[in-house]
Amino acid sequence: MLLDWGYVAVFAIVGAGMVALPLLVIWLISPRSNYPQKFETYESGVPTIGQAWSQFNVRYYLFSLVFVVFDVEIIYLYPWAVIYRDQGPAAFYDALIFLGILALGLLYAWRKGALEWV
Amino acid sequence: MPWYLELLRAIAGTVLIFSGVAVVAAMFGVLLERKISAWIQSRLGPKHVGPQGLLQTIADTLKLLQKEHIVPRNADPTIFASAVLVVPLAALLDYVVIPFGTAGGGRPLIFRDLNIGVLFFAATSALVVVGILMAGWGSNNKYALLGGLRSASQMVSYEIPMGLALITVAMLAGSLSTVKIVDAQAHWWYVVEQPVAFVIFLIAATAEVNRVPFDLVEAESELVAGYFSEYTGMRFALFQLGEYGEMFAMAAMAVTLFLGGWRGPVLPPVLWFVIKLYALIFVFMWVRWTLPRFRIDQLLGFSWKVLIPVALANLVVTAYVVMIVHR
Repeated sequence: MLLDWGYVAVFAIVGAGMVALPLLVIWLISPRSNYPQKFETYESGVPTIGQAWSQFNVRYYLFSLVFVVFDVEIIYLYPWAVIYRDQGPAAFYDALIFLGILALGLLYAWRKGALEWV
Repeated sequence: MPWYLELLRAIAGTVLIFSGVAVVAAMFGVLLERKISAWIQSRLGPKHVGPQGLLQTIADTLKLLQKEHIVPRNADPTIFASAVLVVPLAALLDYVVIPFGTAGGGRPLIFRDLNIGVLFFAATSALVVVGILMAGWGSNNKYALLGGLRSASQMVSYEIPMGLALITVAMLAGSLSTVKIVDAQAHWWYVVEQPVAFVIFLIAATAEVNRVPFDLVEAESELVAGYFSEYTGMRFALFQLGEYGEMFAMAAMAVTLFLGGWRGPVLPPVLWFVIKLYALIFVFMWVRWTLPRFRIDQLLGFSWKVLIPVALANLVVTAYVVMIVHR
């Protein structure tokens, strides 16, 4: 078990090194030139106006919030799914209640207009 | 086995998978995409470098290697630079749990058969969105930021139907280990038992890898190149590696979960896996050059109002049938 995660750790560390390798190569061989316009932020050729770090549509937050609820639901369902076959009908009805409450939550968000993109 | 041999084995496996994905998925995948798009549009596609244009991507990579890389003055240098590492690494972490075939003696050819393989895949494939958001935010470019935000809302929305599709398969197989799931498909493939989950998985996978018709993230007609607008040269190529790596990982997972993995008659297992993988990749590319792009409200509405209710219903029906059968 611990060995499994050791393998995953080695994969991540060596993998990061392999992804970084081409970056090292371009750092060594790529040409460099320097004039102020080159480091402007791209904005279709016209001079950049302001920063991009500003306010954006609140809808993005709403979807993320609804997502968090449902993603947690899915995390709970994984262990249930693995042992489900060997359990009796009780496992089915328990999950049905759990999913029913979440379906109600989805309906509520739907009716409240949280899923509309205005 | 002594620890240094284990370590050596892990390193060798990593190097093999990374170079394999870079060559087979990214380089050959890009060429395939160009050839198939050309074929669908009655063109010839790349033809001049190597026999029938086979070496075109290698030439492109060499060209990108020689390009200058630019960090915009207004960008956040740390986030801007590290996003390049996160996207391909997250895409390639998926390959830890994908069984490519069998080695001698029926031993599965897999980097590590984790007992929570499917969950691990769901987690690492979701990690890509972090890199995309980092690239979008770190660039301090309006197009990039919009691309990153769209990507975040799109990928989290399609994560849920995908997770529900994965759960139905886990329920049938009674395990989250990818090898056990392939073994459970010895009689028939899960696509027969779970056609709805298969279709949901394919749609969600297309959305997760930001391909047409869900490519709002990098919609070139409105957002230039989306989250990687500011990236030049090899960094751009690394994003491409991440994107194609993720697409091949999704297709490989679909093969593993629904199409019986490496199983098949006569031909060697690895070959079967590759055939099924490329068949699915062809479907992805076919869809890309056939369908127009969604609008963002349609895109999110489709996930929340169609896919998630259907996936939930599918899960309940599957659970009910499994209960009846196993009674």
